[in-house]
Amino acid sequence: MNVNFDIQEKQAQPTKPPKPVIKTKDLDFAYGDSQALFNISIDIFKKEVTAFIGPSGCGKSTLLRCFNRMNDLINSANIKKGTIRISNIDIYNKDVDVIELRKHVGMVFQKSNPFPKSIYENIAYGMRIQGVKKRSELDETVESSLRGAALWDEVKDRLNKSALGLSGGQQQRLCIARTLAVKPKIILMDEPCSALDPVATAKVEELIHKLKKKYTIVVVTHNMQQAARVSDRTAFFYLGRLVEYETTEQIFMNPKNSKTEAYVSGRFG
Amino acid sequence: MKRYFHKELTVLENKLILLGEKSHQVVQLALEGLIENNLDKVNEAYKMDDYVDVLEMEISHACIRYMSLRGPVSSDLRLLVVALKASKDFERIADEAHSIAQKSYRLLTTEGSLKNTLNLSEMGKLVCELVNDSISCFVKEDIDKAFLILKRDHEIDAINQKHFDILSNEAFRDEMSDAVRFNLMLISKSIERIGDHAKNIAGGVIFLLNGDQ
Repeated sequence: MNVNFDIQEKQAQPTKPPKPVIKTKDLDFAYGDSQALFNISIDIFKKEVTAFIGPSGCGKSTLLRCFNRMNDLINSANIKKGTIRISNIDIYNKDVDVIELRKHVGMVFQKSNPFPKSIYENIAYGMRIQGVKKRSELDETVESSLRGAALWDEVKDRLNKSALGLSGGQQQRLCIARTLAVKPKIILMDEPCSALDPVATAKVEELIHKLKKKYTIVVVTHNMQQAARVSDRTAFFYLGRLVEYETTEQIFMNPKNSKTEAYVSGRFG
Repeated sequence: MKRYFHKELTVLENKLILLGEKSHQVVQLALEGLIENNLDKVNEAYKMDDYVDVLEMEISHACIRYMSLRGPVSSDLRLLVVALKASKDFERIADEAHSIAQKSYRLLTTEGSLKNTLNLSEMGKLVCELVNDSISCFVKEDIDKAFLILKRDHEIDAINQKHFDILSNEAFRDEMSDAVRFNLMLISKSIERIGDHAKNIAGGVIFLLNGDQ
């Protein structure tokens, strides 16, 4: 079954409550016998940035990877109970086309991973394997994706040069551009700035802020300042459990849970 | 590099200037009402205090929010510290003006004209200037004007001391009741406190501009 995730939705009015696009309910997840997530229920809202924070091993990246079934690539990984619905479709339903899902839910990793090809080909690659051959269409998407990732002005004169010649920050934005090229609705970012210097980090954060006008973004970060700066909502995880999920303002200014308070104020973790 | 959240600081600055202007307006109305025996102005000053309180709370919240979420340092952090303190000072200025309006109402409705009483006119003019200057030295980043405010506050202190001496003088007792003298003393003290708050704001501007405490 080829599921169409591209559901047309009307522009949300400011007065309306936010609309969840990812609905996770009672999720238990394990790597073999080792349970990594316990009874997670969380809604991710449309065109917002949601940050997942928590100490190492708390399950934030595991949950993120559940959203586009990246964990399928690990043999021992399995969902023991619960559901994840994206645009109201149970993504773990056996009929779901995982390739289609991953087009809809793009991902940016901790370490930038450009292909050893030209800048142009890095962006065009995904479209080519989808069967797009028309040069004008490829050119258009390459430009719009690079513009979308705030990289166009820096690379427009060297599109045929190797992507490996770009700086770390540029490579990471190239990976974001590559994600945008396949026109996702949701972008998952797993510590996208952890290998970048402060200036490159600032540029990626600016980009995240800009992208949320068009995309729903979930970002895993160890950098609490970053979560505070870029996100609308923050979820704090600890030992595989969702401890608190609130607006970022609430989490960083007046968290309800004492563990969240201790973590965000640097008392543990 | 300009970050998207830096515009929040501009909004905050504008709000602080607005708060300053409103506080100045309350002081002006209260003092003009008292000096000109104008109950309408006194009433207007009395009513404006709530608006100032709301603005002050908004500024405090915005400062704490920015500190919690944006990780400010250097001049941004100084601006937030100054905005927090100055907004409190402006709010206190409006409170003092509110208190002047309250006492003025009592005096004007029971004692009639107070035109020739004490040197309130000069004192009021001076304090209005100081409040106005405290706003403009922040807006124009004028450190010289800020230093001048620190000096000029003494002039208000001296007038207040003079008022206190006059009003506590036994010879003056026959001219007005204890209640009137007491209210006038409090009004003079409130004006003096407004000057102190303007001085605090000027001190904040100096800290903002050169980083010295």
